Amino acid sequence: MNWKEYTNGVQTGLPVGMGYFSVSFGFGAMAVAHGLKALEATLISVTNLTSAGQFAGLTLIVAGAALWEMVLTQLVINSRYALMSLALSQRMGERIGVLPRLLVAFMNTDEIFALAMARREPLTVPFLLGLGTLPMLGWTLGTLCGALAGSVLPLSIRAALGVMLYGMFIAIVVPPAKKEKEILAAVVLALVLSSLFSWVPLLKKVSAGISIVACTVAAAAVCAALFPIKEEEEAAV
Amino acid sequence: MSIYLYIFTMALTTYLIRALPLTIFRKPIRSRFLRSFLYYVPYCCLTAMTFPAILSSTASIISGAAALVTAVFLAYRGKSLIVVALSSSAAVLLAEWVLSAL
Repeated sequence: MNWKEYTNGVQTGLPVGMGYFSVSFGFGAMAVAHGLKALEATLISVTNLTSAGQFAGLTLIVAGAALWEMVLTQLVINSRYALMSLALSQRMGERIGVLPRLLVAFMNTDEIFALAMARREPLTVPFLLGLGTLPMLGWTLGTLCGALAGSVLPLSIRAALGVMLYGMFIAIVVPPAKKEKEILAAVVLALVLSSLFSWVPLLKKVSAGISIVACTVAAAAVCAALFPIKEEEEAAV
Repeated sequence: MSIYLYIFTMALTTYLIRALPLTIFRKPIRSRFLRSFLYYVPYCCLTAMTFPAILSSTASIISGAAALVTAVFLAYRGKSLIVVALSSSAAVLLAEWVLSAL
């Protein structure tokens, strides 16, 4: 184990770890507000380490959805990780074996992926493990604290904390949508479709998980057909 | 159904999505359509999850709308993830405090 590389990774991951703590605090508070135990909420965070997928998963658990709905929802929502893992796989090079890859795969979140790809030096296993350490710790402890505090906090505070997840999603979506009109089109299309699913009488009956999947697949497929990505963007991802 | 079965299912699915491309499937995707599709997925997905759900996530649609407007405005101004998230939360508290005072 190269500790210098590991420490370097830990330092790089510090801001993400802090961000994850505050956001997962919201997830924990929201989970107990929906009737989950603090331990269950924490277990979700420890085993999943993903914001959007957990949030949708919580909705499905609360709704008592079928397991295939859970699998399908996670597949669609988290399909972006397949692309990130693919890109990371190329970047890691041939020398890194299967076992470290299996470990790194567990912590490949949007932010960790972005930091790993932004590194100038070659990626090493100790660096990647160090990079994931604080975000994983922050995500887990934040959920636990949010869940414990959530059960004693008044409902208004819990609702306010639950909104943090949406705030984070908005913070991720708006800047690229502002920069690229293709992404803006995708966002607007998804927004219109998702509004139809919650306000149009017949579509309203479709479960939350399925409607998220349907809106995502439809909007992304239409935009992929209308605005295929350019070469530079392909190189970037 | 046991909650642990749900948690196991979602964790396994999520892990396989991350692990398979990193280990077994190392060839890059050739299809331009599929690559473009994957490129748009996160934005579409986060949007579909946020709207209109954010409006009904709080006690009143007004406080939900306050969170939405605050977050979009600050994110548009390029504020960091933590600032946007905390401010939308604060907007809910403020809106509900104002509503209860009226």
